[in-house]
Amino acid sequence: MLRRFNQLGVLFMFLLGPLFGAWLVTGNLSSSMTLDILPLTDPLLLSQSMLSGNWPALTGFVGAGLVLLFYALLGGRVFCAWVCPVNLVTDLAAWLRRRLGIRGGVRISRHLRWWLLGLVLLLPLLTGGMVWEYVNPVSMLHRGLIFGFGWAWLILAAVFLYDLLIVSRGWCGHLCPVGACYAAIGAAAPVHIAAPRRDQCDDCLDCFKVCPEPQVLKPALKGTRLKSDSSHGPVIDSIDCTKCGRCIEVCDQDVFGLALGWVDKDGFVKSNLSGQRPNAEQTKLQH
Amino acid sequence: MNRRDFVFDSLRAATGVGLLGLGLSLYSQRAASLPAWALRPPGAQPEEEFNGACIRCGLCVRDCPFDMLHLARLGQDIPTGTPYFIAREAGCEMCEDIPCVAACPSNALDHALTDINKADMGLAIVSDQDACIAFQGQRCEVCFDNCPIRGDAITLETQHHERSGQQALLIPVVHAETCTGCGKCEEACILDEAAIKVLPRHLIQGKRGEHDRLVWERQPARTTYSGNLLDKLNGHSAS
Ligand code: SF4
Ligand code: SF4
Ligand code: SF4
Ligand code: SF4
Ligand code: SF4
Repeated sequence: MLRRFNQLGVLFMFLLGPLFGAWLVTGNLSSSMTLDILPLTDPLLLSQSMLSGNWPALTGFVGAGLVLLFYALLGGRVFCAWVCPVNLVTDLAAWLRRRLGIRGGVRISRHLRWWLLGLVLLLPLLTGGMVWEYVNPVSMLHRGLIFGFGWAWLILAAVFLYDLLIVSRGWCGHLCPVGACYAAIGAAAPVHIAAPRRDQCDDCLDCFKVCPEPQVLKPALKGTRLKSDSSHGPVIDSIDCTKCGRCIEVCDQDVFGLALGWVDKDGFVKSNLSGQRPNAEQTKLQH
Repeated sequence: MNRRDFVFDSLRAATGVGLLGLGLSLYSQRAASLPAWALRPPGAQPEEEFNGACIRCGLCVRDCPFDMLHLARLGQDIPTGTPYFIAREAGCEMCEDIPCVAACPSNALDHALTDINKADMGLAIVSDQDACIAFQGQRCEVCFDNCPIRGDAITLETQHHERSGQQALLIPVVHAETCTGCGKCEEACILDEAAIKVLPRHLIQGKRGEHDRLVWERQPARTTYSGNLLDKLNGHSAS
């Protein structure tokens, strides 16, 4: 699977140095330096640093700018599906949950992550310290793998068990403010997953089972909206979609594909990269 | 969902997140304190600001050619993910180009520091004259020899031997204005437990009021302490 390959590949590049003494990339996902010329900095961390009253160095700004640009173009939660190491843990929990047939558990709002993101940004302002970093599982895991864990694995174990037993997709799909931040960064990205052949869907629901954010599928697949009666186009336009591509992979009916271009509010591609507007009739619902 | 549900859902979320925030802030107050035996890399902003500024990336650790910096792990007494070093294990070699500072993307290691001799990682103090063999009349210049700026930060000075009245002592004297707190002296001390220690400056230095400033400026500042300083620092917990 290409996605796992990428996740592990990123980790591997970071680990080359400490394990084998080949320093391709130094630092960690909070901020790194590749081949001594490419700085990359996590925008959320840099924001917290600035909100605590600090003015970062130039490499910090350049690094955060590059990361912002990358995810603004590709879609923010591409970070979640293709880079973040915690995703390996939470996907494992989700897989086990399916395998063991664990159902139910607590229901919490998927909006909680936005509240948490607010909190994460508010705390440095109020306390002058980078409070979130004392518990953030994302940096804990990545830093742990590269610089040594200490007790950090406890936090990861907690996330794993919580996802497995308490809330399905509980961390990445409901709480993680890092994922929420990246979602916001990529809100206007011109890369989407879409269901252009949704008339072929035979309602097997496989895609709903593998999708980490299954609520994003319905409008694009069924054309229904939560709040209004007007039909929805075939593009998954929710910023929560991690663009992991698992729905493309799992669907026997070959319903899903990539859609490039900016999307209008009805879930149709406004102008795709080749410049033509796709025929709306073609994608209208059959039933 | 009707408006009433919405209001209560929001209130619930706000309360939960508020409580979490309170818990996190309280925890962070404890988690943010740096013990005296851990020193920050050169150029580090004052501890309180440093804790907010450092993004815990470890680039300073990686770019130190002497590999003497570490990133704190969860469960250590040091704020998790922040860089530190332990003087007794390996001090800072005071690189002229200060690569650790140059690598820092957050400016937590202040890029305004361009002259390593102006660094202020801590301050050395001969903390136990009873143990330091130079004070007992023996010849030992190890801390002096290992100081990257010996002659400035640390000097050897002759002192009359109080007890025998004959022998002249050659004792190490640290000068507070020039010592950078690099820790090389503590690292090198030949005793089982170093008799010279590097500690955060505020734990060592006194401060006089503005009015007797002139007197203070005429007296060269020296950091030697007779007796065991650590005993004094730990005084309340030991007894
Ligand atoms: S939601 Fe958070 S933990 Fe999950 S993959 Fe995204 S950044 Fe990582
Ligand atoms: S996997 Fe394909 S066929 Fe099955 S429900 Fe999803 S879109 Fe329909
Ligand atoms: S000055 Fe040199 S030895 Fe000291 S911490 Fe920085 S890089 Fe390491
Ligand atoms: S390089 Fe700067 S931001 Fe990164 S760990 Fe070191 S002090 Fe912190
Ligand atoms: S006296 Fe010790 S701590 Fe101070 S500069 Fe010299 S070696 Fe470093």
